[in-house]
Amino acid sequence: MDTVWVALALSLKVAGLATLLAALLGVATGFVLARGRFPGRDVLDTLLTLPMVLPPTVLGYYLLVLLGRQGALGGWLQAQWGINLIFSWQGAVIAAAVVAFPLVFKPARAAFEAVDGQLEQAAQVLGISRLAVFFRITLPLAWRGILAGILLAFARALGEFGATLMVAGSIPGKTQTLSIAVYEAVQAGQDDVANLLVAVISAVCITVLLAAGYLAPGRVAQR
Amino acid sequence: MLDIAIQKTLRTGKRSFQLNVQLQSASQHTVLFGQSGAGKSLTLKAIAGLMTPDSGHIRLGGRLLFSQPGGVNLAPQARQLGYLFQDYALFPHLTVRQNVAFGLVRGWLNPRTSAQHDEVEHWLRSFGLAAMAQQRPGELSGGQRQRVALARALVAKPRALLLDEPFAALDPALRHDMRQTLLALLAQVQIPLLLITHDEQDVALFGQQVFELRDGQAHAANLATFTEATPRHD
Repeated sequence: MDTVWVALALSLKVAGLATLLAALLGVATGFVLARGRFPGRDVLDTLLTLPMVLPPTVLGYYLLVLLGRQGALGGWLQAQWGINLIFSWQGAVIAAAVVAFPLVFKPARAAFEAVDGQLEQAAQVLGISRLAVFFRITLPLAWRGILAGILLAFARALGEFGATLMVAGSIPGKTQTLSIAVYEAVQAGQDDVANLLVAVISAVCITVLLAAGYLAPGRVAQR
Repeated sequence: MLDIAIQKTLRTGKRSFQLNVQLQSASQHTVLFGQSGAGKSLTLKAIAGLMTPDSGHIRLGGRLLFSQPGGVNLAPQARQLGYLFQDYALFPHLTVRQNVAFGLVRGWLNPRTSAQHDEVEHWLRSFGLAAMAQQRPGELSGGQRQRVALARALVAKPRALLLDEPFAALDPALRHDMRQTLLALLAQVQIPLLLITHDEQDVALFGQQVFELRDGQAHAANLATFTEATPRHD
């Protein structure tokens, strides 16, 4: 039974860090694409949304190609720092972050676009720097939509299977997350373990979805 | 006092708009009159630094704010102007008191709901807003919102006040009240004023010098013609 709690702890760690990564990058790129006017914006939006629709195994393969020993980034990391991300929990974090990223990025862009640009201008005229305006006006007004996206990203990261399995494998206690442990338990015929795993992951996901639904824009009027 | 010569070409799709405004006013209170689409708001935005002209210069109260040949373009933050937007642009997530105190608190955090500045409390009281200081803008009437926006602009002690159609969004009775409020305020604080409007009565009440904007060009206008039009009641 210990494997269940080890897998749960690992899952929460991996999903938590992946969500943090996806949230920081998703909010930043969402803001740039909402406010920026540059050629190739639509192409960039499509590329960044791709992880949402590509089969996770395809993403996993791309990540292997990029992060593996022969890969452009993986080879450099290995030579420069002696870091190998393949078959490590850090690799699982990156895989989950890539998959979860569009779930933050998309709603963040929409939320930033819904903020009235005149409010930002009014704040600037009052002497507040652009960066401070972002933290005092733009982010608070867009926050509800962003938070709903972050919670969905967390649920998605928690359930990540395909890309994680290809990049990080299934090493018990090291890279075997809850969703992978379910697969292993069923394959090994350990029904009692599988039942418990499934119940735990379902409970966590229902909680997250309830929270996301409560925070979704439109449920509570903005003013 | 005010010396503007700016050019700007705006393109949306196949249509283009040429703004070519040249005007000089020595008066404390200047009014820009014109129909919507004449380029009034654009001119005001250029003065505030929210729109960068293609060429020209803007000088206000002896300060050079913008000069394309001179490579001068002060950021909106550095121009120290009070700007009243047409629909007030109050911050919906902040209370009335936080809105008014907004420009006094620099840095990355908004003023606290409990924080009290003498300057903020002074304007809240003199505009009759003290009772609703903890409310959000969404709970206020149109006239109250405008007074909050005015207080927010005045708290920062601006070098000049820019008003964009300040009474257009108000119903006639309220419009009369707010005009009186603003007139009383202007008698009290000596501050250069630039007001843009399409309403002839605003011109008659506030203008010391008037310019009419037509198709992106400014023409000096005779104030007397507007004063005669005043007796029309609304």
